[in-house]
Amino acid sequence: MKSIAAANRGLKVTQYLITLFVLFVIAVPLYISVVGGLKSVGQLRAQPAALPHPAVWSQYADMLTGARGNFWLDLWNSLIVGTGTVAVVLLASTTAGYALARLKFRLNKLLYAYFLLGLLFPLAVAILPLYVQLRFLGLIDTHLGVILAQAAFGLAMMVLLLHGFIKQIPKELEEAAAMDGYGPFGFLFKIVVPLSTPILATVSILTLVASWNSFFTPLLVLNTPTKFTLPLGVMDFMGQYAADWNRILAFLTLAMIPALILYILGQKYIVAGLTGGAIKG
Amino acid sequence: MARNTVYRGLAGRANVLTLIVLIGPAFILFTVLVVVPVFEAAAFSLYKWNGLGPMVDFRGLGNYGLFVSDPIIHKALLHNLIIAFVSLAIELPLAMILALIVSDREFKGALFFRTFFFLPYMLSEVITGVLWQFIYHPQYGLVRSFYETFFPNLQPPALMGSPSTLLGAILVVVIWKYFGLHMTIYIAGLQDVPREQIEAATIDGASKWRVFWSVILPGMRTAVQLSVFFSLIGSFQLFDLVWAMGKGDPVNAGETIVTYMYKIGLTRFNIGYGSTIAVCIFLICLLFSILYQRILVREAD
Repeated sequence: MKSIAAANRGLKVTQYLITLFVLFVIAVPLYISVVGGLKSVGQLRAQPAALPHPAVWSQYADMLTGARGNFWLDLWNSLIVGTGTVAVVLLASTTAGYALARLKFRLNKLLYAYFLLGLLFPLAVAILPLYVQLRFLGLIDTHLGVILAQAAFGLAMMVLLLHGFIKQIPKELEEAAAMDGYGPFGFLFKIVVPLSTPILATVSILTLVASWNSFFTPLLVLNTPTKFTLPLGVMDFMGQYAADWNRILAFLTLAMIPALILYILGQKYIVAGLTGGAIKG
Repeated sequence: MARNTVYRGLAGRANVLTLIVLIGPAFILFTVLVVVPVFEAAAFSLYKWNGLGPMVDFRGLGNYGLFVSDPIIHKALLHNLIIAFVSLAIELPLAMILALIVSDREFKGALFFRTFFFLPYMLSEVITGVLWQFIYHPQYGLVRSFYETFFPNLQPPALMGSPSTLLGAILVVVIWKYFGLHMTIYIAGLQDVPREQIEAATIDGASKWRVFWSVILPGMRTAVQLSVFFSLIGSFQLFDLVWAMGKGDPVNAGETIVTYMYKIGLTRFNIGYGSTIAVCIFLICLLFSILYQRILVREAD
């Protein structure tokens, strides 16, 4: 029995060694970014991994006061694009998902299959014609263009997610609503939407995270630096301050914070949306 | 509209106007910005066109011929294949090992590790890419300081500047950023494996290895299939990370099929040939989807 205990302890030790190693590999770049922003270029060159000595706060201060870079403006643009995308996706996918799940009409199955098709079309395939299309619609270099393009490509997945959820709402509730004189809209707003808050939260937060980190669409649509979202802003800043790595790291660190807050607040929904929903769907 | 007194669902009340109001926005958005562009890509791919003025220079399948013989396409596709292979052979097993470890209820700090390991997935590709550019930087970064400490006589390599190491440098970041997603999918999958089966097999004297292959892995098949599918599709659509790490250059050493398409279409404004590449990406992903469905159906039988 002793050897089994020893083997188990050996396994435990190996498990901890593996997890701590991975923890280290993930933590080091993040640590480097945070402390790198607090160093002078000289310190950074000499010892990129050491703690700053003395700490130089001016990089972060320059960023936050807007003396260098456009951090607040980029953040604001990301917020506009993010909330806009969430609003469009939420509105369009809730109504469409509801109609396809609960209303009987001749084209129902066909329309469902049509949206299903969207899962097969990755953004990369459509990006060049999308550019031509947005230019035709006068949406190049506008936030609305980014919002609509992102929403359009996120839509299919979300319509299917909501369709699946709304279909499971019991028929009895629908009958009760009809007795009370509710029509399709009354049933949607008085009963379906309140019952769907968890899935609506999941849809919102997944869409927001995707929009927050999105690079391809804003890169395609936006040209004017004052309209840039954070990822574009990071690239732009890097182009301007190519050798000032301490400033770039300070910008990166600040740009990470909103995503981290989003993760902490919405972790439950993000994980459920990416795994549970996906596995069952 | 009410036909009779028996309730028949909301169908009787859903008139055309209701349907237009409910489905219209999604339908128009999806049609104008997703479906039409995809079909346009197929049409553009038959022309030589710079995106401006009328599309008149019809080339038939000429662009597809170009695609087949373009050496940079070969290079980019090879890179995509390598990325897919490394994801399947290194990233997913790593994610599985970590999922097994942190799913153990007696493992101290399991929840903390889960949360922390998922964190890189939450960062944008651009932030991740730029951060790693610093780490690899031969004059500033960690790699240089590592060499100074351990190999003071050697010149630190320019990992991203040299064609022979660029792809490897990108692969490290791909694993760093995405393994947490796959681990999280596996953790969810592991919860579907009945504990009694694992315990029964253990009592029967099966080794841990055997329990894993015969009980756990079959029990979480859906999760594994999902993550393999995500990896394959993701590998062939990789763009942001590579773009933020030097746009696939020098000399196309890190070029992927999508970065090349972007360069052809929107820096050289060869929309026709760019669309040909796009259609081929679509066909590759479609092939994966079909194979995936086939395998699923076969296994279900």
